[in-house]
Amino acid sequence: MENKNLRDEIIRRSGVNPTKCMRCGKCTGTCPAFDEMEYHPHQFVYMVESGDIEPLLESKSLYRCLTCFACVDRCPRGVEPAKLVEAVRLAAVRQQGNNHMTANDVPAKIEEDTPQQLIVSAFRKYTK
Amino acid sequence: MQVKEYKPLIVAFCCNWCSYAGADLAGNNRLNYPAEVKIIRVPCSCRVNPMFVLRAFQRGADGVILCGCHPGDCHYTSGNYYTRRRMAMLFSMLDYLGIERERTRVEWVSAAEGAKFAATMNDFAEKVAALGENKRLEDLRCKK
Amino acid sequence: MQRIGVFVCWCGSNIAGTVDVVAVAEALKSEPGVVFSANYQYMCSQAGQDLIKDAIKEHNLTGIVVCSCSPRMHEATFRKTAAAAGLNPYMVEIANIREQCSWVHKDMPVGTEKAIILGKAAVAKVNLNTPLVPGESPVTKRALVIGGGIAGIQTALDIADAGFEVDIVEKQPTIGGKMAQLDKTFPTLDCAACILTPKMVDVGQHEKIRIFSYSEVEAVKGFVGNFDVTIKKKARYVKEELCTGCGDCVSKCPMKKVPNEFNLGMDNRKAIYIPFAQAVPKVATIDADYCNMLKNGKCGVCAKFCQAGAIDYTQKDELIEEKYGAIVVATGYNPISMDKFDEFAYNQSKDVITSLEFERLTNAAGPTAGKLLRPSDGKHPEKIVFVQCVGSRCDACNEKGKEYCSKICCMYTAKHAMLTRDKYPDTDVTVFYIDVRTPGKNFDEFYRRAVEEFGVHYIKGMVGKVSPEGDKLIVQASDIIANKQIKIDADLVVLAAAIEPDKSARPLATMLTASMDTNDFFTEAHPKLRPVESPTAGVFLSGACQGPKDIPETVSQAGAAASKVIGLLAKDKLTGNPCVAHSNEMMCNGCSSCERVCPYGAITYEDKEFRMPDRTTLVRRIAVVNPAVCQGCGCCTVACPSGAMDLKGFANNQIIAEVDAICK
Repeated sequence: MENKNLRDEIIRRSGVNPTKCMRCGKCTGTCPAFDEMEYHPHQFVYMVESGDIEPLLESKSLYRCLTCFACVDRCPRGVEPAKLVEAVRLAAVRQQGNNHMTANDVPAKIEEDTPQQLIVSAFRKYTK
Repeated sequence: MQVKEYKPLIVAFCCNWCSYAGADLAGNNRLNYPAEVKIIRVPCSCRVNPMFVLRAFQRGADGVILCGCHPGDCHYTSGNYYTRRRMAMLFSMLDYLGIERERTRVEWVSAAEGAKFAATMNDFAEKVAALGENKRLEDLRCKK
Repeated sequence: MQRIGVFVCWCGSNIAGTVDVVAVAEALKSEPGVVFSANYQYMCSQAGQDLIKDAIKEHNLTGIVVCSCSPRMHEATFRKTAAAAGLNPYMVEIANIREQCSWVHKDMPVGTEKAIILGKAAVAKVNLNTPLVPGESPVTKRALVIGGGIAGIQTALDIADAGFEVDIVEKQPTIGGKMAQLDKTFPTLDCAACILTPKMVDVGQHEKIRIFSYSEVEAVKGFVGNFDVTIKKKARYVKEELCTGCGDCVSKCPMKKVPNEFNLGMDNRKAIYIPFAQAVPKVATIDADYCNMLKNGKCGVCAKFCQAGAIDYTQKDELIEEKYGAIVVATGYNPISMDKFDEFAYNQSKDVITSLEFERLTNAAGPTAGKLLRPSDGKHPEKIVFVQCVGSRCDACNEKGKEYCSKICCMYTAKHAMLTRDKYPDTDVTVFYIDVRTPGKNFDEFYRRAVEEFGVHYIKGMVGKVSPEGDKLIVQASDIIANKQIKIDADLVVLAAAIEPDKSARPLATMLTASMDTNDFFTEAHPKLRPVESPTAGVFLSGACQGPKDIPETVSQAGAAASKVIGLLAKDKLTGNPCVAHSNEMMCNGCSSCERVCPYGAITYEDKEFRMPDRTTLVRRIAVVNPAVCQGCGCCTVACPSGAMDLKGFANNQIIAEVDAICK
């Protein structure tokens, strides 16, 4: 398995058991954001189950999921694909050193009416 | 002197229709559980007289577990309901006497639940082992 | 003192692989009462049994212990062996050193030690065994079949053909069940009515079969061979013996707007009705919920036109008491409700139907006379979408669906798709499937024919939602293999609804003390070896009440159940289980504790005279157990405060001896 630790972590965090999936595809049939995604809900579940998570972390699909929970509601096996998407999203967000910019980029973005608190928290975030 | 590893002695009363068959299924599926678990077959869990449980403790058993059909599934319609009530009384009395609750248990195991049987026995043996030997109720006169 | 023989089985390497059988035999030799011990490769084989028989005779054994597999496996075998050698069969005890020892422990010394202890416990028990003789009870030579579908019909015919009387209780006005509603049957496509209705006529005309139609089982008492059953014959307000089934009353009845349940509410019937033309018995029934005469006394048209004078508005429910030797449960199934599956728009559109409704739509006797027309506007549908596994294999749907596979849907969907393409080649037929399950004779060939010859589109995927738009149904679904989401503007959507046991099964199981699984299917006595018997003696299972089944399987199970019933009814007397409770009258104080806990009502009280030492007599109330009714659960033995009640075969002192042996 490619990425067993990350897989187990995502499964633990989401509380979802992807082995319950019987690959019926109802989640994909249901998904209103289907056209926006490169990995569709049923693929998503399958990829997490097989530990193929790296492509998911980089995929735009993560942020295209509306979290409408239609797939959760209709899945006949109670797999809850949307919760898996959320867990992978969290994994992407929590990855360290993957910030869009560094602390050095912050001063250029400061405008006159930027609140003090925002500036402090921006430095705090991007120096980590 | 060689110190023998402490293994708790556990007496399991299993009803003939569900739990004994469940234990057989655990065997069919080769699911391990401690050899210290010894099973006594009774027709129904309601056949187990509280006296038998006391006798086992008196003779040095470290834990006693009763297994019956799930509520509503008793082969004799209502036997396991009586078991549940009787053992609730007995266990609270044993608790009062200083026999820890973890040494006694009533569990519902159906004939299809071999895995549950093995898991229950493993868990029960572990809990009893953590408590150590049963000394409080053991009748020293019975010791050879 | 007993003379006990110990026989240790190797079971090939099953036991001998992890248990030192020679050591076990040797160790048990020195137990009290043991005079002989032996080990052998296969004790249950003929040679092994001969070894036991010879030892019993040679050593004058009074009891034997067989250390082998589970008593659930071979206790009966070894009891027969003992009986053949002249030993009371209840002097045999089994030490389970296979399922509960060698198979669960891998270590040889550990396994051997445990096997010895289990053997000692069995020896300790045999030391206290007493010979038991089973009681006998007579057999009422008549069977009751509950449910008049194809399962009940076949069972009843088979039993009756063997010469025994059979009664069928059917809650509908006619027998026939679900099969009467079907159009064609897979995989040979015979018309269901053509093969079913002759059987229904056979039942109606068979001199050994009585049909209680429009009736239900109200109460069941007694035990195998001697059931007392109360049947409630619901008032149908028509005298069955007079009605000729001419149908004049039906054509004249002014109450026309009653949903026709036979066509699943897709058309209407009258308040007085005969469900379908081939009904057996062909007798009219008045629906009291809709009949104006019964509701407010204003009508009476049917009575006026009935030439036979069969109409009787004063009829009341009637209770009939009957005795039976055996009961067959054939209560069948129903499709589950689609109400909770909002995504398929079943309640929003008339053009979303279940497969059973589709069956009626294509049936020549159905609401459209066999023409496939949309229920909403009567137009011919050009695009049909079939959805499989609706509610089946669904374990997390907030109790919407069923966890099991309903088994028949794959095949009937293939049948529907094929027949549609055959009759209407211009129709576009798409089937959404998760898996196509066709394990049956000629089943897969049938499904492949639907795809290859009839051009049905099978798409692996599931329908996510169906939304009615105008006169179309927009079906949004996934195609997993092409990794696409597709939309189809369909005219008709057919849902292959999961099937569930009939609602009447659960209360019936309680009456019969027969066990059920969590899905309300009846459980069989053994899933492989006793598939048509319920664990309750004398109760047999036929058809889909035991699990989802297609017609061929149902018929074969019905025949099997019938053969078991015939085997039971052919006996004049039944030997009971001798392991029953008995009360020591000298110790019993008549307190009624045991009577109150007995689930079978096997314990009664009687006043008995006792001679006292001083030659006076004393009358005392004591408990008496009816051994034919007692099932031997032993609940009363624990309830008894004076210790008078004991259970034969599992006596207090025997179990205590086992406890002592284990705890030594």
